[in-house]
Amino acid sequence: MKSALSILTVIAALIGLWYAACVPMNIHEAAIQAQRAGQEVTPAEAPERRKMGRIALAVKNPGLWRTVYEQDRPQLPAPHQVGAELWKTTWGMVERGRAFSKRSLILHGWITLSATLLGFAFGTLLGIVLAVSIVHSRAMDMSVMPWIIASQTVPILAIAPMIVVVLASLSVDDLIAKGVISMYLSFFPVVVGMVKGLRSPDAMQMDQMKTWSASRAQTFWKLRLPSSAPYLFASLKVGVAASLIGAVVAELSLSQDGGLGARLLAGSYYGQTVQIWSALLGAATLAAVLVWAIGLAQGMTLRRMGFQR
Amino acid sequence: MSEPVIKAENLDLTFQTNDGPVHALKDVSLDIMKGDFVSFIGPSGCGKTTFLRVVAALEQPTGGAVSVNGMSPEEARKARAYGYVFQHAGLYPWRTIRGNIQLPLEIMGFPKSEWKDHIDRVLDLVDLRGFGKKFPWQLSGGMQQRASIARALAFDADILLMDEPFGALDEIVRDHLNEQLLELWDKTHKTIGFVTHSIPEAVYLSTRIVVMSPRPGRITDVIENTLPRERPLDIRDTPEFLEIAHRVREGLRAGHAYDD
Repeated sequence: MKSALSILTVIAALIGLWYAACVPMNIHEAAIQAQRAGQEVTPAEAPERRKMGRIALAVKNPGLWRTVYEQDRPQLPAPHQVGAELWKTTWGMVERGRAFSKRSLILHGWITLSATLLGFAFGTLLGIVLAVSIVHSRAMDMSVMPWIIASQTVPILAIAPMIVVVLASLSVDDLIAKGVISMYLSFFPVVVGMVKGLRSPDAMQMDQMKTWSASRAQTFWKLRLPSSAPYLFASLKVGVAASLIGAVVAELSLSQDGGLGARLLAGSYYGQTVQIWSALLGAATLAAVLVWAIGLAQGMTLRRMGFQR
Repeated sequence: MSEPVIKAENLDLTFQTNDGPVHALKDVSLDIMKGDFVSFIGPSGCGKTTFLRVVAALEQPTGGAVSVNGMSPEEARKARAYGYVFQHAGLYPWRTIRGNIQLPLEIMGFPKSEWKDHIDRVLDLVDLRGFGKKFPWQLSGGMQQRASIARALAFDADILLMDEPFGALDEIVRDHLNEQLLELWDKTHKTIGFVTHSIPEAVYLSTRIVVMSPRPGRITDVIENTLPRERPLDIRDTPEFLEIAHRVREGLRAGHAYDD
């Protein structure tokens, strides 16, 4: 109860801050619109208004404050505007029986989700395979690990269009191309976590295996792999969020297929800030749900395996 | 007398470290006969654990020779000559007690049909019948260590090597486990090598006490324990017991074990 109250307090404070920020952010547009409607604005000249700064302008014109929340294309849309847009493009579409129309965020969320899950599966698989080979081969450890780290310093935004072009020339399906781009981000936390996890058995546990003359394969399946479970789940949580980012970035390059990334792009083409923000919030919600789902699986698995109680 | 089960001759082991060589073992010779219960006692760095690890082929000696059942330590390990008990129980949290005891059987390729008999038998030996389906965290530290002894016994090794197995437990639990270990030894006639820090533990358990001292790690005294095999816990208050304990203490002092 107490924690719920503190969470609500924080959320209320954030929304309050958001509303407050709308005033200076949208005050210029509000002034222009008010002037067009024949209202008095001080100062009357636009260049002068720009010179004096947003906050000073807002302070001089308290009469404009109400209108900063009612613009079609505000620089910063207010929470209720984003909320209304989200409602209209999700439940509102369902009510009209058009849940999977092109204007529905449900459709775009689903497109992003499928690319995310595919990329997450690719990335997890690649990450585990790389980690296993790194742990078992010193040559891999020395040669591949630096490349893996280097790969993450290349901006995904730069590499995504190249992946799209290369895969398109190989006539690979768009969904798989998006999965590959998403994998590029999500395999990294899995490699790092799994390498640490597979190496987590201590010297005593390894000696114990030795006293039983266990083979490398037996040590792997019976000791290393189960020991890595807590590390794997921690990595998967980071990995799934990274997958979603990768999928959204991929949709910027493959925007003809739709998706939350395509909505972001279209929104920024046409200055539809409300649409951008609702796509952003949609992506954030999707990420939260995915991370929560993995947390759930984590709790269940680790409790079962005796790592938590 | 029969051939020794473990035979060490002029064993040397030098670790190369950044601070120069460390003589973990120097000129260590020792015969352990079948059915012996030999305790190794001495301060840290005296080589008692290292000696056990050499016997178990976890370390390679740099000089001298060691044989287990007439074989090299590696051969003896492949022939399942010994079970090793570490200071920490090291049970896998994702396996039940039965599952943990089954682990070496799986690894060594025992046929599945034999697993149950092996597990039941060793659970009885360590008095953990009825706990097989429990997970390690549901057991106390002492019970966990008993389970780990059961695991070391599961594949019928004749030799049990124990490296401070009760070192992490409190004294009351330790007394109880000492009693149980003697009982187990009496029932199974295993040969036991037992590393400890505790003088009373060494005197209470062993047929022979090997006193060691550090820098370089060496044997300073080997004391035959004249106590009868039947040993109730209160034997530790008898003059005979205190006499032997005194000799162990003397041996440790002679090796300058108290210098630091």
